[in-house]
Amino acid sequence: MSGDSSPGPPAAADEVLASLSEAVPSAEAGHSVGDHVIRVPAEDLARLAGAARDHGFEMCSDITVVDYLGKRRVRFEVVVNLLSVRHNRRLRILVPVPEGDPEVPSLVPVYPGANFLEREAYDMFGIRFAGHPDLTRILMPDDWMGHPLRRDFEVGAVPVQFKASPRVT
Amino acid sequence: MMAEPTATTDIWVSGTEAPEVSEWMVAGTDEGAQEMERDETVERSVEQRGSRVVDDWVVDDTVDDDERMIVNMGPQHPSTHGVLRLNIELEGEIVRRVKPIIGYLHTGMEKTAETLTFLQGGTNVTRMDYLAPLHNELCYSLATEKLLGVEIPPRAQAIRILMTELNRVSSHLVATATNGMDIGALSMMMYGFRERELILAFFEKTTGLRMNHNYIRPGGVAADLPDGWEEDVAEILERIPLAMRDYEDLLKENPIWLGRTRGVGIITVDECLAYGVTGPTLRAAGVPWDLRKSQPYSGIEAYEFDVVTGSRGDVYDRYRVRIGEMHQSLRIIEQVVDTMPRGDYKTADRKVSPPPRQRIDESMEALIHHFKIYTEGFKVPAGETYVAIEAPRGELGCYLVSDGSGAPLRMHTRAPSFSNLQALPIMMADSLVADTVACIASLDPVMGDVDR
Amino acid sequence: MAQLTSPPQILTTTLGKAMRWSQQQSMWPATFGLACCAIEMMATGTAHNDLARFGMEVFRASPRQADLMVVAGRVSQKMAPVLRQVYDQMADPKWVISMGACASTGGMFNNYALVQGVDQIVPVDVYVPGCPPGPQSLMHGILTLQDKVVSGELAR
Repeated sequence: MSGDSSPGPPAAADEVLASLSEAVPSAEAGHSVGDHVIRVPAEDLARLAGAARDHGFEMCSDITVVDYLGKRRVRFEVVVNLLSVRHNRRLRILVPVPEGDPEVPSLVPVYPGANFLEREAYDMFGIRFAGHPDLTRILMPDDWMGHPLRRDFEVGAVPVQFKASPRVT
Repeated sequence: MMAEPTATTDIWVSGTEAPEVSEWMVAGTDEGAQEMERDETVERSVEQRGSRVVDDWVVDDTVDDDERMIVNMGPQHPSTHGVLRLNIELEGEIVRRVKPIIGYLHTGMEKTAETLTFLQGGTNVTRMDYLAPLHNELCYSLATEKLLGVEIPPRAQAIRILMTELNRVSSHLVATATNGMDIGALSMMMYGFRERELILAFFEKTTGLRMNHNYIRPGGVAADLPDGWEEDVAEILERIPLAMRDYEDLLKENPIWLGRTRGVGIITVDECLAYGVTGPTLRAAGVPWDLRKSQPYSGIEAYEFDVVTGSRGDVYDRYRVRIGEMHQSLRIIEQVVDTMPRGDYKTADRKVSPPPRQRIDESMEALIHHFKIYTEGFKVPAGETYVAIEAPRGELGCYLVSDGSGAPLRMHTRAPSFSNLQALPIMMADSLVADTVACIASLDPVMGDVDR
Repeated sequence: MAQLTSPPQILTTTLGKAMRWSQQQSMWPATFGLACCAIEMMATGTAHNDLARFGMEVFRASPRQADLMVVAGRVSQKMAPVLRQVYDQMADPKWVISMGACASTGGMFNNYALVQGVDQIVPVDVYVPGCPPGPQSLMHGILTLQDKVVSGELAR
């Protein structure tokens, strides 16, 4: 789904991408609407994040998940947004995660700030982050059933009653 | 690009000369009898600097079990800024462990966003961070426009900057006001909200509502500025600096205020970066990181302003940074007023914006076009993007995925308050329980932004 | 102080009237700020709009000291039990104002996360419309409640 036709970012940043791809051979660098993205299999995510940290990406600004139910073969995609304050640069890591075994390694050892973000992703999508110190629900009540942001979870709208209540037949 | 943060400078504005190093002012009276053992706390705070471990507390067996207790604060508490809940483990007066519990305002907005079209999405995102609604709208609009690839006319861009910077001032006014009230400066509450009404009146005149405007939309803004907006903004520009002198008189050198804020809730640069803390909190720790400078949006690079930074990363520095940022925002607004370009307030791209009103009277096609845009919405090319802007609380990001239809496949907001809140245990560990509210207030979390 | 020489100053009333009058004049709201509406509630209480003119600016942090609950904002499923508990802690007589579209009906968020109207949890006396209602609307809501109390419609 990446817009490959769009112009890529400046070349200086591409060196970092190339260097990262070298460190983690399974990583595949590319562009999406002018941003840097790297696709990596789940098992190499922690290694890539560690390498990115060594390349100056000191902040994990966001972790989220997209549910491509019925649109792609691999249902989920974990999206990690990294930021380098020192080099003023961003990097996005995309990790495909299958529906059957939704598990990726936790980034908390690399980026402590991933804690809440991963808990939110777990709460909303049911993705397990292996090695997370406290993988519990964060936004929904503890006894909630299901993961609300999955596409097959109903919005849960109740019919709006504008006039008299509907007749029971 | 980035200056190394130095530990010796006081609050300074980039581009000016760094001020003299001032000694920490110790709160208390000359009599000495009323000092509340500040020294010990200051030492503890200093010890805390640089540690990245949240839970480094080893249970001390010599302390009696009666001394240890777990206190639940919130979710209904006047100074947790909404519905934040904290589990605080105390050892006497000292906070040992803190666990923020959130989700009491979870509104399911990211789910709702998937049911609304791109054009309707603004009504949804504006209710996230309700103290900075225009920033939410701007971020969402920029993400949509990035996928669409439309050009925004200069006047619309200038209006966006004008409105968001006014919004930054009003948001920081509330932050300073509530910060003051939580620590006991009730007058600050009255002052802050008094000046905020001035900005809100202008917002109401322009957008129709005091909050939750849905004014900045994909393609431009909803309406042009009202007649006589120059006078309104001129009044704001005149009265707010005058009022800010009141705040300075009240707080800047007030010994009680200094005692309650200096050396309290310290967070270092390393900790900020590791935990994803951005905005005034990061700048107060000493990093001149402002997305308006480093990754400019909506043509803000055309205006002159400085990034305000602190050096100690305590509650007082955060307060000073916010005051400084208000001055800088007013500076930007002044330049926008002077250089406001003429022209359209929304894009002429007919794919996104409807035909002008008079064309609808003349042409059936224009009428149909207008109808279709407002009922079906416009289609956005497939793709995924992340756009971030500098909201009053830090980096506000919007991750938007489109599958080529009229509604987003996924809309995720990177909420600044959400990440900033993670740093609360670090700030509060080993501090006095009375400093809890000072720490929370200085982070300025908006629970609508945290829980979404 | 009545002069001894003046005619006796006597006011006759019924106990119910006197009670309702005193209830109406001392409405102390509990701060139950949840979302956007809470900011407007704060704006109503502060200098510009000055709720103190109507004798009800004494926002109480403890529900035990309050007799009016202004539910200001959206009520999530997670918050609902807390809200009910706070309501139960308030001393009788007590009233509830549902402030804003979200508290009244769920507003624009008709989804899994929100309670679709706070009247499913606590009895509501006055609904204030708006998203968020301006300070004037909230004041009108409180004044309406006072009118209802003094007229005996809502006397408790």
